[in-house]
Amino acid sequence: MSIQEISLSGRKKVVSNKEMTFFESMYLIAIVKGLLITIKHFFRKKATIHYPEQVREFSPVYRGQHMLKRDEQGRENCTACGLCALSCPAEAITMKAEERKPDEKHLYREEKYASIYEINMLRCIFCGLCEEACPKDAIYLTISKELVPANYTREDFIFGKDKLVMPLDIAMKNAQLKNAN
Amino acid sequence: MKVTIDGQEIEVQPGTTILQAARMIGGDIVPPAMCYHSKLEGSGGKCRCCLSEVSKGSEADPRPMPKLMASCVTGCQDGMEVKTKSSPRVQEAQKAVTEFLLINHPLDCPVCDQAGECDLQNLSFEHGKSESRFIEEKRTFEPEDIGPNIQLHMNRCILCYRCVMVADQITDDRVHGVMDRGDHSNISTCVSHAIDNEFSGNMIDVCPVGALTDKTFRFKSRVWFNKPYNAHRDCPTCSGKTTVWMFGDEIQRVTGRKDEYHEIDEFICNGCRFDHKEVSDWVIEGPREFEKDSVINQNNYTKKLDTVVIETEETILKGRAIDRKKISMSEIDFNEKIDGNPLNSTING
Repeated sequence: MSIQEISLSGRKKVVSNKEMTFFESMYLIAIVKGLLITIKHFFRKKATIHYPEQVREFSPVYRGQHMLKRDEQGRENCTACGLCALSCPAEAITMKAEERKPDEKHLYREEKYASIYEINMLRCIFCGLCEEACPKDAIYLTISKELVPANYTREDFIFGKDKLVMPLDIAMKNAQLKNAN
Repeated sequence: MKVTIDGQEIEVQPGTTILQAARMIGGDIVPPAMCYHSKLEGSGGKCRCCLSEVSKGSEADPRPMPKLMASCVTGCQDGMEVKTKSSPRVQEAQKAVTEFLLINHPLDCPVCDQAGECDLQNLSFEHGKSESRFIEEKRTFEPEDIGPNIQLHMNRCILCYRCVMVADQITDDRVHGVMDRGDHSNISTCVSHAIDNEFSGNMIDVCPVGALTDKTFRFKSRVWFNKPYNAHRDCPTCSGKTTVWMFGDEIQRVTGRKDEYHEIDEFICNGCRFDHKEVSDWVIEGPREFEKDSVINQNNYTKKLDTVVIETEETILKGRAIDRKKISMSEIDFNEKIDGNPLNSTING
């Protein structure tokens, strides 16, 4: 056998180019065959779901938008140590540290805090290395479904502390839950 | 005199300590030292980090020394044989010493300005445990103001006495010292005296931990975000040879130059350290290199980089000018420039 005739994959087919007969050129059987394929798909399992009524199950390691945590007393955990920025492979995180004043003890947990904390959501790749590097349990990637809302200008994707810090009512709810347990 | 340290022989002058002899050999066998400082007379013998085993006292008296010796204060004798890294007893002792040093250390490295260039951090990384067995409360002190330039964090102090020796040997009059005894001993100026001697800033450089830090650099940046350069200037009071720690075009901190054991080579004056933070004040010699595994080496820039020329249109390489304006940290001007224009100019949007 010559090399041209061997089918290594076992799927080699010889294509014929013969003339169709009159009956074949009416395409009746071909149409029925095609319809059968279509009808078969009616009884198959659907690949799509009715979003937003139905929601697919999330992966247990899903990583959504970042949140800067507060502790049970509502104080910010972040001390601007810079390890998240150091570990960030996309260089998305920048921050500026400031010293806590004596009358701000109820706001920040440690004597240093981040006065500016920005994540460039256009750069972030949601790898979660910041969360892993954080020694103070401050930054978390939440399971929020909304990753980054659509917007118009590039400045809108620089998320500052106003968007990142955990809202106080969630911190209060967490503290209540902890007390209840 | 001939000394053998971990199997390596070296000829030394009489009066050399074991630590100095080990440093002459160099490499892995050099015991760690927190309180010893080669430029300060009488330093050493306090932290016990450098404990080493003397397996043969000398040629005349070959008996081994029964206990581990602090190598920074033990003199060499002819024919002495010392084990440092190769001795399991020494390894065990260094682990124990590290644990003792960390008993009262607050472990606030995320807050501390010394993190990244801290000797205690390096020591515990090499010899420490990942958890603490100490369940009692750590000793704490009221914060004390010791002057406009130096920040004292007594909680972090490991009482190495280096700063006291600097004040004794470099400055004319010492106004601070170690007060009280035992667990209560603390570095203090006694009657809230401000430390304002012209060479007092060297206390910051000799401090192996973050107990004494630079107030002008306090919380400004972390050491690994700065780019250190060797620089010098004509200074009437000191040698003027320093390391400047830059962020962009801004000098954030000036320190003395440290050798491979993190000990200051030449002491610098407060004028260089605190008052000259303009780039025009300094002649920059070149990037300063650090140990291979130091965190300061992140984004290593000390090697020569070849510039790659891509021949294409400027707009493809740089993007539109309106897209190139700085969008993060917009409140802060880090002296960045686009095509030579300052960031907040109208050309850059």
